[in-house]
Amino acid sequence: MVSVSAEAPTTAPVPNDAEILKRLYRTMRLIRAFELKVETLRTSGRLQGSAHLYVGQEAVATGVCARLNADDYVASTHRGHGHAIAKGVDVARMMAELYGRATGTNKGKGGSMHIADTSVGMLGATGIVGAGTPIALGAALSAKTRKTRQVSVAFFGDGAMGQGPIYECLNMAAIWKLPMIFVCENNGYAESTSAEYALSTRDLARRAESFEVPATVVDGQDVFDVFHHMGEAVRRARDGGGPAFLECKTYRYYGHFLGDDPLRYRTQEEEAYHRGRDCIDRFERAVAGSRGLSENDLRSLQNEVVETVERAVEFAEHSPLPDVAELTSEVYA
Amino acid sequence: MSRELLASRAENEAIRQEMERDPSIVMLGEDIAGAAGRAHLGFVDAWGGPMGSTKGLIQQFGPERIIDTPICEMSFIGAAVGAAITGLRPIAELMFVNFIGVSLDSVMNEGAFLRYMLGGQVSVPLVIKTAIGAVATGAENGGGTAAQHSGSMYSIFAHIPGLKCVAPSDAYTAKGLLTAAIRDDNPVVYFSHRKVGPVKGEVPEEAYALPIGKARTLRQGKDVTLVGVSHMTNVCCEAAGLLARDGIEAEVVDLLSLAPIDSECVLESVRRTKHLVVVDEDWPDCSIATTVAALVADQGVDYLDGPVKTVTGARTPVPYSGVLEAAYVPTPERVVAAALATLRD
Repeated sequence: MVSVSAEAPTTAPVPNDAEILKRLYRTMRLIRAFELKVETLRTSGRLQGSAHLYVGQEAVATGVCARLNADDYVASTHRGHGHAIAKGVDVARMMAELYGRATGTNKGKGGSMHIADTSVGMLGATGIVGAGTPIALGAALSAKTRKTRQVSVAFFGDGAMGQGPIYECLNMAAIWKLPMIFVCENNGYAESTSAEYALSTRDLARRAESFEVPATVVDGQDVFDVFHHMGEAVRRARDGGGPAFLECKTYRYYGHFLGDDPLRYRTQEEEAYHRGRDCIDRFERAVAGSRGLSENDLRSLQNEVVETVERAVEFAEHSPLPDVAELTSEVYA
Repeated sequence: MSRELLASRAENEAIRQEMERDPSIVMLGEDIAGAAGRAHLGFVDAWGGPMGSTKGLIQQFGPERIIDTPICEMSFIGAAVGAAITGLRPIAELMFVNFIGVSLDSVMNEGAFLRYMLGGQVSVPLVIKTAIGAVATGAENGGGTAAQHSGSMYSIFAHIPGLKCVAPSDAYTAKGLLTAAIRDDNPVVYFSHRKVGPVKGEVPEEAYALPIGKARTLRQGKDVTLVGVSHMTNVCCEAAGLLARDGIEAEVVDLLSLAPIDSECVLESVRRTKHLVVVDEDWPDCSIATTVAALVADQGVDYLDGPVKTVTGARTPVPYSGVLEAAYVPTPERVVAAALATLRD
């Protein structure tokens, strides 16, 4: 077991604004509460359907989306619950989507892997690894063509770094100076396959640099580090300075999908090390008793998100099932 | 007013008129202008698109709307999908239909499915314009463009829910269907046959859209229905001329829309002629030809006085040699033989 007690909770600047801090904390807590609830519901058999949990990676979605406006775009991945929550999608409608109900974000037609709410710029998650990035590129091109000053974010994982479209899009974003931020969530594993095995470079940011896209390696388990670097990237992109690439080194605490036992391909020691760098613990240690945020504030936010998730489950379970006639609607406009 | 235009110019005119009408229309593709980034050397619009169908557009609309892309079909078509759900109406030029091999994910899993998958939150007003077809020169010295640049492959697209597919057979239908595709709020694949593009036809000057989902009857006849897909409609017309010499009156239905198919038009024709031949340059299995045959088997079998015949490309990759390529493609003679076979039975 590696001791991590010596590690500083953050090396990045901590915002001196209690409202921002509360928002970051609440978002991370809400994502975690939502995901742990999904885990419980699935394990107990109350809920079925595929789901890929975001637990452990909360700092990335939170720090990235905290820098975005509601009309900025996000294209997500199969592990997308955290991105959706951080972008402002209503968790009750998300839960209803997981339940396959008519009130779900996608009216029960998408499920966990396709949650979208375009009214808050969440263009959707995709189950095809790497395929969200061209969509985000198109949104960035659209923003630039329409001269709206919106920015577009593509989330993708280390697994997608084996897919061609990431590089095609880095190239196009660079030659056209698009307002786009590539957020690579390097959680060390593509399904059961380690990045060590599958990728020839340790720091994936170096690959982006070769496209002359400004790239930074970020501590993805430190929300302040993500928030800090994303702030710079967004500022530059909005001002016409072109794309950026953030490699957020992070870790997923659960398996690839719910039901996958990750101890078949990684060790308990490794998991303990990363859990020892938990983004929520580190946030709490970083702000403890300072910056206008009391223990009480933190506790009440914790309680509030747990209640929000409980209400989401209630909403989902009491929501109507889709009318079977919906099977054939919305194939065409 | 109408005048004679090459079908490729008719396509050009459709794009130009629609772009003039609607500033949200942009075009993306490889070499749709050509010489991108070389304006300082005096070069613009070096190619005007692979078949010249986008010639002159960059001068009129500029590089912000006529966007030459690097060679990366999956990502620029994916980007077109992303642009389509965020306020633009892109036309993506897939240079040759065979390049679907590297872009199918963007067309299918994103472009075609997004609207449904997202519960109707978005529409995807996207056109994928692509060149199809064997040129079938019959040349004894040399040949055509071989297996990777001569496919038709409509059925790959027509198979996918969420996509519409249109295939004109001449300059008039080229302009009308491309205009309709651009105005449609769904992803529409527009198949531009390389033997249709260089042929002149009467084209109205003003903008017009032909309804997607409607076939047209090009020639009336009472003995046998010949259904043509894309350029094969022209082959059907030739075959009908040959059959007329033997006193057989063939009706030619130009399918035009491959998804959805105008089943009413096909069934109505077969009801009168009692005989059907479907002519499709694409491969024989799981094809538009088999879909039309299945439609008539399902809803019009009582009309038939003979077996449904299909005349298709061979079940081979498209060969290079002009002689082999000409043997690959359906000919008027093969259509005549099929018509006589169903009439004899």
